[in-house]
Amino acid sequence: MFIKGIRLPGMSSLIIWGLLWELVGQSGLTFFLPPLSEILITLYEIGDSPAFLKALKETAQAFTVGVSAAILIGIPVGILMGKNRLLDELLLPWVNIFLSAPLTALVPVLMVLFGFGMRSIIITTSLFAIWIIILNSRAGVLQINRSLVEMGRCFGATPLAAFVKIYFWAALPEILGGVRIGIIRAVKGVIIGQLLISLVGFGALFELYSANFLMSHFWAVLIVLFALAFTISELLATLERKFSYYAANR
Amino acid sequence: MEIAVSTRNISKTYPGNVEALRDLSLEFPRGQLTSLLGPSGCGKTTLLKIISGLLEPTSGEVEVNGKPVTGPGPDRAFVFQDFALLPWADVLRNVAFGLELRGVPVSEREDIAQQHIKNVGLDGFEKSFPHELSGGMRQRVGLARALAVESEVLLMDEPFSAVDEQTRRKFQEDLLGLVERENKTFIFVTHSIEEAVYVSDQIAILLPRPSRVHEILRPENLRTKGVSDIRRDPEYLDTVDRIWASLRSYVE
Amino acid sequence: MHAKIMSRSLNLKLLSAIVVFGIWEIAGRIPISYGFPTFFESMVALFSMLIDGTLLQAYMDTLRPLVVGILISAFLGIALGLWIGLSNWFDWLVSPIFIIMQAAPLAALIPLLVMVYGIGLTSKVFVVCIMAMPVIVLNTAGAVRNTPINLKEMAASFLGTDKDIILRVIIPSASPIIFSGLRLGTSAGFIGAILAELKITPTGVGDIITFSRSIADYPSMYAAIFSIILLAVCFLNLLEIIERTLFRGNVRGYVSD
Ligand SMILES: Nc1ncnc2c1ncn2[C@@H]1O[C@H](COP(=O)(O)OP(=O)(O)OP(=O)(O)O)[C@@H](O)[C@H]1O
Ligand SMILES: [Mg+2]
Repeated sequence: MFIKGIRLPGMSSLIIWGLLWELVGQSGLTFFLPPLSEILITLYEIGDSPAFLKALKETAQAFTVGVSAAILIGIPVGILMGKNRLLDELLLPWVNIFLSAPLTALVPVLMVLFGFGMRSIIITTSLFAIWIIILNSRAGVLQINRSLVEMGRCFGATPLAAFVKIYFWAALPEILGGVRIGIIRAVKGVIIGQLLISLVGFGALFELYSANFLMSHFWAVLIVLFALAFTISELLATLERKFSYYAANR
Repeated sequence: MEIAVSTRNISKTYPGNVEALRDLSLEFPRGQLTSLLGPSGCGKTTLLKIISGLLEPTSGEVEVNGKPVTGPGPDRAFVFQDFALLPWADVLRNVAFGLELRGVPVSEREDIAQQHIKNVGLDGFEKSFPHELSGGMRQRVGLARALAVESEVLLMDEPFSAVDEQTRRKFQEDLLGLVERENKTFIFVTHSIEEAVYVSDQIAILLPRPSRVHEILRPENLRTKGVSDIRRDPEYLDTVDRIWASLRSYVE
Repeated sequence: MHAKIMSRSLNLKLLSAIVVFGIWEIAGRIPISYGFPTFFESMVALFSMLIDGTLLQAYMDTLRPLVVGILISAFLGIALGLWIGLSNWFDWLVSPIFIIMQAAPLAALIPLLVMVYGIGLTSKVFVVCIMAMPVIVLNTAGAVRNTPINLKEMAASFLGTDKDIILRVIIPSASPIIFSGLRLGTSAGFIGAILAELKITPTGVGDIITFSRSIADYPSMYAAIFSIILLAVCFLNLLEIIERTLFRGNVRGYVSD
């Protein structure tokens, strides 16, 4: 978007939306949408309230553990699937099923099996993230240029050296892409898990706020969550671009 | 004339009953350049990969220096048709990669690589990445990598296919120099009759699939001519004509 | 030759299903947890619910917000996407919203939606819409924006009007990506529909799941979950097959081949 030849930065229109929000809020059109300024003040106040910090800490914990598990399991499984045809044919249908399955339906099962606490939320988070990580790592390995593999053999690479020096790097752009999408899904998963198991983290906080009709508290938390999610996804996109210089000509 | 590489009664059938090579025997003299010339899809790359140990022949055997080939070994180096460079590594690391895999210490292998980068005319580009190079320059990186490991046998699969005609001629002259200087055995695949005659001590003409050796030609006196005179030499012109005459029946 | 490969892949799929269901059966028999019925028990529950019509009734309830939500998201989303892709200022104004929606955990809006719209159909339709819409809008906008410029110039040079160019060049060339956006949107919509039934009010399949959990009738609960996942996966696969047949010309195969 250009105005008088000056390029407006990508996200600058959010200022307009913010102003609009403030206006609608000030006009008192609806109780459910307090003015943005009020929300920001509330945000500042609850920023160091124990309930909020506790929710944030619990969420961050579940998220980190869940995502780490998804990455640590997902990447090796994906690479193995890309290298071993039998394993691939046995596992691929299931990976595809869980990739598109409505995983929310599984949360009640997790609640029965693993209780109403952190464990279920962590597993929900992992379940949201892992399938795309597996699938992308697999795709990354499958697209490795055959002559790179042959080059490694020709110059006498041991299996370990070939793996560490060639396969991993050659598949890295796809792996990173999978991790990025997986993490974005995990953010959604951790929140969905907390909503359904509403005893922990933001799930509990939301219950508290909506039971007491604390609208600006509610919005303040939403803004924090959305901003965090967006920042994470942008950071990962930047990281991915760092390695994309060679993705196009492998 | 000492034989460096010999293939005996090689047959190769790919899965799906594609018979690429049938009962092919060929000998490659040490210190000389042998071209493999033949129509597309006749199995030249297949033969090269069998010699390198990347592929196993369905039957027959390959010997290098009298020892049977069972897999890739340090005595053979491959120059890939599509370069096979590591896109995430710079020129220096790519050229040194063969040595890296052999466990040569960093400073030593970088010195060696540096030398070969200079020899192929890429000095100043050590820190460039493959995607910042032209096709011909990438080709030279692949060549330098193969030269850096000091193998006795160089297997080159259409190494000049990606470069323009001027560069190609330059490379051909360089190749002649290389053959003369280093006592290495070159096995060179090409589609171009002129190129084969220009650079070769020995030319093996392969027939369409399933491939055997149709004819072996040895231009005798071209090596003594200066690089710029070869193309005007009557023997050069005759050899080109002869090869064209024997290949033409398969094109028509 | 081809048939042999086909039957190998089919056999392996069968084998892998048998292995997984077998593990389920064994794990249920041990049992690894009091809340883990065997595969066989779950299937029996599934068939009994199928036969007495409970399941059919439940799916009528579950699919209503889903279908309404997907239809609204599709129409609105494609329209918005086209507008964003065609107009620079609208792109600048609106796409940030959808980019954030795409990355954000929108499920967090549900408690708010319930406060505003109550616990009825409206809230559930809304949940489906907010889950499904961002990917539809962004895919459409991206595809429109990336219409090959030489095609547009070609149409213009043959004196096509703006309308012609939009209808005959831009939309056809964008439609494969729009369609895959719809498929991804539907997938997200399923997540939303079930989330709504579990979180807002138990109706349909969500009701079976919640109710059978509360009375510890685990086979029925597993059966309901099994059936909804099966339904979603089959439906999405169907969409994928349609996508592949409709846009066969766009599959160019792998570059490396
Ligand atoms: N991996 C493979 N599987 C099945 N068939 C193959 C495979 N690789 C090569 N072939 C077949 O073997 C024959 C020889 O292939 P090869 O690559 O050796 O030919 P070439 O002489 O190098 O051709 P070109 O000059 O076009 O590079 C071809 O007909 C090809 O179809
Ligand atoms: Mg070839």
